Amino acid sequence: MDSKRSSRRRFLKQTAALAGVATGAGWAVGGQSAQAQHLHGASPRRGARYSIDHMTHYTPLQDYAGIITPSPLHFMQQHTSEFPEIEVQQHRLTIHGFVDRPLSFTVEELKQLPSVSRIHFLECHANSSPASHGAPDNPNVGLPVQFMHGMTSCSEWTGVLLSVLLNEAGLQKEASWLVSEGGDACKFSHTLPLGKAMEDVIVAYGQNGEPLRVEQGYPIRLVVPGWEAPFSVKYLRHIKVVDQPYMAWNESMNHSITRPDLRGKARWYHFQFGPKSVITRPSAGVETLGRGYVEITGLAWSGAGVVRKVEVSTDAGRSWKEAKRHPPVLPRAHTRFTFDWVWNGEETVIQSRCTDEAGEVQPSLAELSKNWGMDLEYWNKTPRPRAIHFNAIQPWKIDRDGSIFDVLFA
Amino acid sequence: MSCSLRFLLPMMILAVRVAALTQSQPRLYPNLGTPLSQAEIQSFDRMIGPEGKELPAGRGTAKEGAETYAKRCEICHGKNGENGLLRSLVIGRPGQPYRGTFYGEEKNSPSYYPYATIAWDYINRAMPPSNPGSLTASEVYALVAFLYYRNGIIKENEVMDEKTLPKVEMPNRNGFVPAVPVYPPEKKPSWY
Repeated sequence: MDSKRSSRRRFLKQTAALAGVATGAGWAVGGQSAQAQHLHGASPRRGARYSIDHMTHYTPLQDYAGIITPSPLHFMQQHTSEFPEIEVQQHRLTIHGFVDRPLSFTVEELKQLPSVSRIHFLECHANSSPASHGAPDNPNVGLPVQFMHGMTSCSEWTGVLLSVLLNEAGLQKEASWLVSEGGDACKFSHTLPLGKAMEDVIVAYGQNGEPLRVEQGYPIRLVVPGWEAPFSVKYLRHIKVVDQPYMAWNESMNHSITRPDLRGKARWYHFQFGPKSVITRPSAGVETLGRGYVEITGLAWSGAGVVRKVEVSTDAGRSWKEAKRHPPVLPRAHTRFTFDWVWNGEETVIQSRCTDEAGEVQPSLAELSKNWGMDLEYWNKTPRPRAIHFNAIQPWKIDRDGSIFDVLFA
Repeated sequence: MSCSLRFLLPMMILAVRVAALTQSQPRLYPNLGTPLSQAEIQSFDRMIGPEGKELPAGRGTAKEGAETYAKRCEICHGKNGENGLLRSLVIGRPGQPYRGTFYGEEKNSPSYYPYATIAWDYINRAMPPSNPGSLTASEVYALVAFLYYRNGIIKENEVMDEKTLPKVEMPNRNGFVPAVPVYPPEKKPSWY
């Protein structure tokens, strides 16, 4: 119980610290305090990493219950060294390009249009990348499950469907893609196929019942359900309807990945995520396990829709049993699962795997590597290669003394 | 530009398909939103597509770009685009474009980009981070000329302007799968 109490304390402490950051205290002087801190190499909190052109927050997946990530704990990959200061009354969303009626909306007008509130996960395309396994190079970035898998979070997003806005603008026959631009210093831009834009994309102004946090794109952002998060442009200000993919810098350069099975060519436009899950507790570094009853808990999700099944193995993959999925089980949202287990004190490996609505099953590292035409040795370079859309099953090894390790590449 | 038909045809087919799904309809909420004039659109429409149709007038050469680079870019990206604080922008040498694979840091060079317009668009809108949008169109053409020259993509005396830039042949143009993004994608497992 001691370990449980201490993780609760840690959670409260982190939440309090983060609330301060998110309400502006930490960024009160135009982000200069954050900049000063990262230039001196110190992060203002655990689970954060700042560099000269990048700010990252990792979600402490090990520290919260249910499926909603508390907003201040939502992960962030910001391609600038400070947040934009946007005056909401001055902010406009413009829609132009191949439309009959180019339009400009104030944020207040967006709030007056028919609204939706939907629970969806977002995930960085590089979440769980092999490059983040092994000892984190910065002790401040968090526990292993946070650092390795914490670039996914799940929120209730409130906003207006993008299809409503595009209908107001009136799409012309040439329209087939759109390109969105954010109001941050890097003018983060991304192309989106019109088919998806008309399906379920939200122009969100609310997150978990409150306005978007500054680090989540205040005052408005796109939420593109089930797809890699770079599509979900923050600080959204311009949407240009176009007749071909525009291949902005981020998507061409940062969000494509070179793979050996493609003979050194790079795969781009992955769109939707495959089935994925991870045991968040017990997991490496979170606690030291004691013999007896253990509630295994974790999160599962898929870009294809709902999570149809989660299985857990507590015997190094020899057998798998179905875990309990806790309602609500929603499409393109995190699903909480638990599994009752009694640990006998012997060394073992625990892991989870997800089957999604499309019937796809989360692969083991061996299966994923085979799919990509790599042998396992490919991952054991130093540093480990980057990969995107990496959804290999995460095994946690439990030693006889109750300590827990990441053994994905062991 | 020999691939332009191959490039455009699937896009045209797709456009027709999507258009069928999304016929322009009358406005449902005409009291919300303000019409934009062409002048207003021109004031913010800076996103440049692969064909460079939106590129503004201007011109620059690698020599001119070297001066601007030293003043505005070198502090972060290093002398001649190498050994800077971040993102080494050069791989390959003048006259010798890089022909290898792009597994790691090589991707930081514009040699990786599929279209010549990408560097122009990004520099124009996002660089330098301390004052993005402050470079003139000709300064951006010159910077791109300088970077492409250092990467061996163009010759030192080649002029970059709204007509020549989109025609620059990028050495890694065939380095992407699929060659042109398509939607909906081919039916394949999610890991593909």
